[in-house]
Amino acid sequence: MELTSLTILEAGRLLRRGEVSAVELTESVLDRIVAVDNQVRAFLTLTPELALEQARAADERLTAARRSGEGDLPALLGIPMAVKDVLCTEGVPTTCGSRILEGFLPPYDATVVARLEQAGYVLLGKTNTDEFAMGSSTENSAYFPTRNPWDLSRVPGGSSGGSAAAVAAHEALGALGTDTGGSVRQPAALCGVVGLKPTYGRVSRYGLVAFASSLDQVGTLTRDVADSALLLSIIAGHDAQDSTCVDLPVPNYLEALSPEIAGLRIGVPEEYFGPGMDPGVEATVREALGQLEALGARLERVSLPHTSYALPVYYLIAPAEASSNLARYDGVKYGHAAPGADELWELYKRTRGEGFGAEVKRRIMLGTYALSAGYYDAFYLKAQKVRTLIRQDFDRAFEKVDVLAAPTSPTVAFPIGARVEDPLQMYLSDIYTLSLNLAGLCGISVPCGFADGLPVGLQILGRAFDEATILRVAYAYEQSTPWHTCHPSLSVGQGADPAGC
Amino acid sequence: MPLTRQEVEHIAELAKLALSQEEIERFQEQLSAILDYAAVLQRLDTEAIPPTAQVIELKNVMRADEVSPSLPVEDVLGNAPSRRDSYFCVPPVIEVAP
Repeated sequence: MELTSLTILEAGRLLRRGEVSAVELTESVLDRIVAVDNQVRAFLTLTPELALEQARAADERLTAARRSGEGDLPALLGIPMAVKDVLCTEGVPTTCGSRILEGFLPPYDATVVARLEQAGYVLLGKTNTDEFAMGSSTENSAYFPTRNPWDLSRVPGGSSGGSAAAVAAHEALGALGTDTGGSVRQPAALCGVVGLKPTYGRVSRYGLVAFASSLDQVGTLTRDVADSALLLSIIAGHDAQDSTCVDLPVPNYLEALSPEIAGLRIGVPEEYFGPGMDPGVEATVREALGQLEALGARLERVSLPHTSYALPVYYLIAPAEASSNLARYDGVKYGHAAPGADELWELYKRTRGEGFGAEVKRRIMLGTYALSAGYYDAFYLKAQKVRTLIRQDFDRAFEKVDVLAAPTSPTVAFPIGARVEDPLQMYLSDIYTLSLNLAGLCGISVPCGFADGLPVGLQILGRAFDEATILRVAYAYEQSTPWHTCHPSLSVGQGADPAGC
Repeated sequence: MPLTRQEVEHIAELAKLALSQEEIERFQEQLSAILDYAAVLQRLDTEAIPPTAQVIELKNVMRADEVSPSLPVEDVLGNAPSRRDSYFCVPPVIEVAP
């Protein structure tokens, strides 16, 4: 078995037994990046020297522990991982995929990054993203688009497309992403990996560059469900630096995993199988639902009647919050500053006009309009009220069932360039993921097969702070199917390599 | 209802965004399409529905007012496009008497 295709837990066992060193593992992954990233383009910044330094330190600890018989080592000791470039990494460039933050060196680590570091991880680099996480294809990166490892002519999804592609292409054992309207789950589905979006308030956002503060959450991208459970146990929990991070105990999500789901009630929301869905995706997801039933779960039809309103609600609330959050990019404290401005407002306007890309400007404009005098009630307040109706839909559904199961995305990965000229068409990529963020709940996308040779994701949605149950359902499904063992061929138009699973 | 060019220019002014003529025309068209789409919300009666601003019920999270170290000034100002000593430099905001 190639070292680069190991899961985090498999690699951890080999490292602890001394069958492989952290330096060997990190070098293999760095070699893999050199070999394939000129095609995939998952990384914006690589940190090979830092990675090898961290790997050497991990090896010293591993060797000492073997000598002394110490068993209690940090969970990620020597594990090479990637971090989405909207999370601050001290002294390592953090651009948010934007020209306006080109060259920005954060003076501190995001809490989630600090927690990975305490757990002994090795940082490979920062992954590509739609600018400020605004997009569904990673084509809105100001630097370059990332390509889907299953078909290099297609998008990896977004906005955490770099993280999803890096994990799928074996350029990292796991990665952090962020999910404001589906940005972890949708690229996970399109790249054939596992993507977990925890409950709002479960994970600290200190050091996550803010996009839409009532929706943003940090999530994980991994090769299998057990790795997601492990990472969540590490990054979850109270943080005094983030007042929206809830002080609730963090269960050991890994120990709570079980392939036993007999008797569990799984709701199937009829609105998530609507028009606009690929027939191939629908057939694949229906088959996955059948598998859950075969495992003993009880499927029940449920209705989330306000689902069709989630898209307009999201595209008023998220841009409104973004227009406020992104006011800080003004050419004064960090990042790009327009040269030659001789008056302050001119500095602001020209810096922002030059530094932001088209989608970011579009959302700032939309949000500013929705919040402006005369339109606030009709757009922003109206959207907040409909958000309440969307939350109530979920509350009612979860009175009857334990989790919901649905497709993650209505289509498989689409060709690069296919939707860039039509913002509304691009926004439709997220119709099955947005509602969850509006309601602040947790969700996971797990690979459930292929349509036209491209990966399809099954989404499991859960109650607030009930990550343990969605992980259990995803794990039971995964362990009874071969999909998580399939590997992409890294070619154009090829899709799944049947020899790989 | 399509946005007028003047409205787009007014929003850009509020958002402090310098836009090209071409961008103003493109946004006029695209923002109008998105707002038309959002008009579907008006069909719902939300008279008695309270708004959701955030989903967790936390309010006024307080902490003790204790002195703790701040980030080093050099690290923070290291990213500034223009600085002098421990200040950020900006173009003049008030008129200087001749």
